[in-house]
Amino acid sequence: MAYAVELRNISKRFPGVVANRDVSMKVRGGSVHALVGENGAGKSTVMKILYGMQQPDSGEILIDDQQVAFRKPADAIAAGVGMVHQHFMLADNFTVLENVILGYEPTKRGVINVAEARKKILEMSAAYGLDVNPDALVEDLGVGQRQRVEILKVLYRGARILIFDEPTAVLVPQEVDELFGALHGLREDGLTVIFISHKLDEVLRVADDVTVVRAGSTVAEVKASDVTAKQLAELMVGSELPSPEIHGTPRRELITLSLKNVTVPSPSGARDLISDVSFELHAGEVVGIAGVEGNGQSELIEAILGLRKYRGEVLFKGESLDRFSVAHRRDLGIGFIPEDRQRQALLMASPLWENRILGHQRGKPVMNGYVIDKKSTMTDTISIMEEFDVRAPGPDTLALALSGGNQQKFIVGREMRGDPSLLLASHPARGVDVGAQADIWNELRRAREKGMAIVMISADLEELIGMSDRLLVMLRGKITATLDPKTTTPESLGSAMTGAA
Amino acid sequence: MKKLTTSRFALALAAPLFAAFFSLSISSLAVLATHKSPSAAFSLMWEYGTRAGSLMAAANLATSYYIAAIAIALTFRAGLFNIGVEGQLRLGALFAGFLGSKFSLPPVFHVIAVMLIAMLVGGSWAAIAAYMKVKRGVSEVISTIMLNAMAGGLSAYLLSKHFAMKQATGYNLETKPLPKSAQFPNLMPVLRKLGIQNQPGAGVYGMAVVAIAMGFAFWFLVNRTRFGFELRASGVNPMAARVSGVNAKRMTIIALVGSGAIAGLAGLPTLMGETYSYNLGFRGGIGFSAIAIALLGRNSALGMGISACLFGFLEVASQTLDLINIAPETYVIMQGSILLSAVVAYEVVRRYQLTLHSEALAKVGE
Repeated sequence: MAYAVELRNISKRFPGVVANRDVSMKVRGGSVHALVGENGAGKSTVMKILYGMQQPDSGEILIDDQQVAFRKPADAIAAGVGMVHQHFMLADNFTVLENVILGYEPTKRGVINVAEARKKILEMSAAYGLDVNPDALVEDLGVGQRQRVEILKVLYRGARILIFDEPTAVLVPQEVDELFGALHGLREDGLTVIFISHKLDEVLRVADDVTVVRAGSTVAEVKASDVTAKQLAELMVGSELPSPEIHGTPRRELITLSLKNVTVPSPSGARDLISDVSFELHAGEVVGIAGVEGNGQSELIEAILGLRKYRGEVLFKGESLDRFSVAHRRDLGIGFIPEDRQRQALLMASPLWENRILGHQRGKPVMNGYVIDKKSTMTDTISIMEEFDVRAPGPDTLALALSGGNQQKFIVGREMRGDPSLLLASHPARGVDVGAQADIWNELRRAREKGMAIVMISADLEELIGMSDRLLVMLRGKITATLDPKTTTPESLGSAMTGAA
Repeated sequence: MKKLTTSRFALALAAPLFAAFFSLSISSLAVLATHKSPSAAFSLMWEYGTRAGSLMAAANLATSYYIAAIAIALTFRAGLFNIGVEGQLRLGALFAGFLGSKFSLPPVFHVIAVMLIAMLVGGSWAAIAAYMKVKRGVSEVISTIMLNAMAGGLSAYLLSKHFAMKQATGYNLETKPLPKSAQFPNLMPVLRKLGIQNQPGAGVYGMAVVAIAMGFAFWFLVNRTRFGFELRASGVNPMAARVSGVNAKRMTIIALVGSGAIAGLAGLPTLMGETYSYNLGFRGGIGFSAIAIALLGRNSALGMGISACLFGFLEVASQTLDLINIAPETYVIMQGSILLSAVVAYEVVRRYQLTLHSEALAKVGE
């Protein structure tokens, strides 16, 4: 059996650290092959090596049984290897056609041969079900369509082997389905797809074979049909899988948070974003807000934090918050893990120690009066990085250089450091690998046992059911059901969320 | 880590060196285009510009530039852009000159009072833009540009109709001179003690000391205080700043009004150190040059100090180009090409640093 790609014992060392030691994988031609592993396991390094962005210290790369040595991506492209990046590299003010041919323009006597390019693009779109209008401006396209343009770009350059770097991270479920349709189309045409992901259910849906890497080495090569998501996850972390669950009832008498008839009007005057929401939350209790995205959960959290105007009453430990600013509320002891970490919780181009200050800039340990206490901030940042396993060279590292999982661990650590009595957690473990997920859950459990009250939103229903003492279902801005997580399954919760139950 | 620091230092030097080289080439071309010798022009500029008297004039010019640049940088850091510094400093100087001569106070207090008037007027003028931004969402870029035009007209009207002294032969309209107690003492007496000779010209304005102190204060405020942190956070990520508890509207008002108040001071070095009255010859364009200076100095206290001195030097030194029949305005080409090349060079270096940074991280992370 010939392999389209074969990696033999690839090693790559960076000074002080081994990124890859002994990674091997065999990719059958005309198959979809998934490469899975935790953040930092070395997936990206392997793919950068295969795409010529980095050179291995030792090991061999074979394409169609021929040994190759790529010095730069152009070499890889010439050999038929293409990469669809996670973050799109498109010129917004160009049309789809212009983007696709950029750098590879077919010319006829020095003039771009648009007709030929269009013909080729239309053929490719039709052949692989990549439906895009070649004359549309990229800025008018949605995320899923932009990704198709990226795929067309790679195909246009003659790729027979396509690497997808976490392609589903930016897509909504429907777009994921369309992407997978396209991947099957590519496979049927004899092309080879390498798919990097840590979303295991997706991997099992789309892949034929799976290679698992852990700590820089290949630990398993399996057929997708032979494994379950749980088994894959255990291979990835190398131990039994953590599960989101809480034990005991550390719930205290003190009512930490109480909402009375909270209504958030829509800024445009349309239907209220939240109407008439009331509930009480005790210290040491986790309430999970379940709902299909866009049914008012985010707005509820924003109202509690004071980011949105509302009618009704919000009481924190019996004290009315209604007239308090965001700053005042946070300083009383409300922590916040927002859903969009890069936009809401980080200064991307600033070092981690400055990010440690964000949201906590009104008190110790980061401030000494009105002046930044840099020394103490640095110390505290380093200890957060150690305690929460944030992988970065040091507190001077810029936030943007961290992987998503490490950013999230840092944010969780920062909020926990403030020792809040109430934590508003939107998707606290979104986009992080299983190891980090377990760390974050552990932290939440420990905080709950110490008496922290937590309002949690999550799209991961198992997480929501496992981590909550009580579930509130939100539908169109209203609380439509209160459920006991002990007797709730993801399926029953799902139907309650859509109003089917 | 040690090695990283060294290369960081080298990188920090790379951008200004490239900018200097590039702008020298462009200005040489400009001089060549008029069929003159660039080397003759530059050596003449250097010879004249480094004379003690020229350096003093350059320092005086730099004092105003620096204060105005600080005003602009304060808004840049908050993600805003106060183009209205020109108008704010003009009105500040006009009112400071007019009102300052109306009352008398002991020396130090009088100087402080005049400065406060200038700050109050500059700040109030900027407050119009701040109010419109916060209440109505009017872009401060647009409103401050328009306020500049209004300040120009308003100051001319007020000076000619109300503030100017009644004179028999009124060619030069001017306000009543500030009394001695409101004049900022010159630095010459101190410099003489250090062995520096008197030169033709206005000596060295005492306001230079104020400008330097303001530079330190600006650095400390922006980099070391809670207010500065919130200001910068609002500038780089307004959404995250809001989530962290920063009141965005309040920050906009403080940054714009504060900027206007600082801008108000930028017209005072000449007023309180040389002319003692606001007149028709009040120097225009400081507020616009200061935008370039703030950009070139990357909104940092030290960087803007160096850029202000550089702009002052070029402007004074180029006056001599007339002698060899080159338009003195060549300095505008120099300033422009420095700015252009600096912006490009900084961006290139920034991207390179980012690459280094991610590589350093790749070694730890993956």
